[in-house]
Amino acid sequence: MKAILTLDNLASGLVTTIWTPVFVAIFLAIVAYAFWPRNKAAFDEAARLPLREE
Amino acid sequence: MWFLDGVFFQRESAMPQPSISKTMTTSESGLAFIFAVAAFLCLIASAKALDAPFAFHAGLSAAASLAAVFFIINRYYDRPAALPPAEINGRPNYNMGPIKFSSFMAMFWGIAGFLVGLIIASQLAWPALNFDLQWIQFGRLRPLHTSAVIFAFGGNVLIATSFYVVQKSCRARLAGDLAPWFVVLGYNYFILIAGTGYLLGVTQSKEYAEPEWYADLWLTIVWVTYLLVFLGTILKRKEPHIFVANWFYLAFIVTIAVLHLGNNPALPVSIFGSKSYIAWGGIQDAMFQWWYGHNAVGFFLTAGFLAIMYYFIPKRAERPIYSYRLSIIHFWALIFLYIWAGPHHLHYTALPDWTQTLGMTFSIMLWMPSWGGMINGLMTLSGAWDKLRTDPVLRMLVVSVAFYGMSTFEGPMMSIKVVNSLSHYTDWTIGHVHSGALGWVGFVSFGALYCLVPWAWNRKGLYSLKLVNWHFWIATLGIVLYISAMWVSGILQGLMWRAYTSLGFLEYSFIETVEAMHPFYVIRAAGGALFLIGALIMAYNLWMTVRVGEQEVQMPVALQPAE
Repeated sequence: MKAILTLDNLASGLVTTIWTPVFVAIFLAIVAYAFWPRNKAAFDEAARLPLREE
Repeated sequence: MWFLDGVFFQRESAMPQPSISKTMTTSESGLAFIFAVAAFLCLIASAKALDAPFAFHAGLSAAASLAAVFFIINRYYDRPAALPPAEINGRPNYNMGPIKFSSFMAMFWGIAGFLVGLIIASQLAWPALNFDLQWIQFGRLRPLHTSAVIFAFGGNVLIATSFYVVQKSCRARLAGDLAPWFVVLGYNYFILIAGTGYLLGVTQSKEYAEPEWYADLWLTIVWVTYLLVFLGTILKRKEPHIFVANWFYLAFIVTIAVLHLGNNPALPVSIFGSKSYIAWGGIQDAMFQWWYGHNAVGFFLTAGFLAIMYYFIPKRAERPIYSYRLSIIHFWALIFLYIWAGPHHLHYTALPDWTQTLGMTFSIMLWMPSWGGMINGLMTLSGAWDKLRTDPVLRMLVVSVAFYGMSTFEGPMMSIKVVNSLSHYTDWTIGHVHSGALGWVGFVSFGALYCLVPWAWNRKGLYSLKLVNWHFWIATLGIVLYISAMWVSGILQGLMWRAYTSLGFLEYSFIETVEAMHPFYVIRAAGGALFLIGALIMAYNLWMTVRVGEQEVQMPVALQPAE
């Protein structure tokens, strides 16, 4: 039987075809979340969190 | 531990207690039992040891286990029947003991690490200083220096600040009763085993991962407990939002666990001996090592200390974070990019060419999150820039972020293959590392400790801001001497190595290049001495802050801002 789980196959097969677009998509979703207008108020509040004590 | 009473432990027995019968908790009795068994096993291992350092470490561990049993039982007899409540009068009852201990140890290891650094810098300038003793050879002291400053000093700063920030920003008491103490004491015991091991010649010879298999196993247990305490506190939080600093701390803790497990699988020659062989071989081992090594920089020396930046700078400047959105993108960009940068440590080696190019490309991309984070830290000062004139602690924190920007510009540049062909294996690398280590990690840690010590010990302020000012300028001068000497020395060294005569022979013998380094090594040692003097001033200042508190006479109360 041919060895399927070699490092080369993993590298050329999975990493380049699946993970790159998946990671890019996740990252873009995070950027969208960060800039979503409705989240602005909550983030401005969170930026002050260290200043609110106890 | 009578001498620590009042310094680390609060006496709570004076408080009126509801009358409930006092029993040992399961974790108290369980842990005491486990340590008693461990003491016995370590004693056997010490007797059957195949080499002297292993016998010493096993004996030390037997003594430490017995001390742990004593500590747990003694603590049980001293404490009131009820465990400390999570809240008192609706306000969180923060747990400061482990934070105080870790801050103290950070200062202790910091001075030890800077001192060993100064010794080896002097040995490079004047080799006779090793006195021909094997225990203080450069090869043994060098990992002692790196581990002491990174893992002992930096690690204790990270544990202390993370335990403080997670409690405050979650408005919840630290999870666990014995667990936080297990983390801080266990971690420092790991440092002790690792450090004494280096002096005795015990090492697995992997840079920044020198400790042998038994120290690695112990660290794994401690680190998983650290993760559980941190996560447990986040789960108990009263604040709905998880503050960005906690994300950075969590990334640091989780990634270090993964890196530690990935880089250290080893088979001991005998379970009664210190020597082991690593599972990976050849270039795979090299790649694993630098995947570990560079992400230790990325997640230990960067993510963890960025967490400090995101909490302590807003707090000290009394300004909100400049852009919380940027902090989210900063965090995730760092997470997605850093993990791929390791191969730049293996340019022009047996590592496949595509992997080297991949490492270089991701290193260059790291410019963006690094500078995004730097801008976010610096701009948090908007509207409070005048505080830099009056508050040397804030100045220290801000200058650390500037050094972060500088060294994260230099790093990606050095990862470019053609630049690396000049800089690799030269003192330029040492200079680069120290602009990051002294300027960024050192200064942000000093700034954080200057804030944390008065907060944790409940003092109004520092003993003396004037001494902080002295510390700041002496240490800054030391850093400038250090890094400029290493830049000149490194580039000179690189150019001499690649110089050819018209006939195609190498122009310089190796010893000639070494001779050319001498003046710069002397300047570097002088820089290191200044940095150490600064830290000694700091230790005195913090000690007096705990003992005496704020000095009577400070600067004039109300400084009017310039019109």
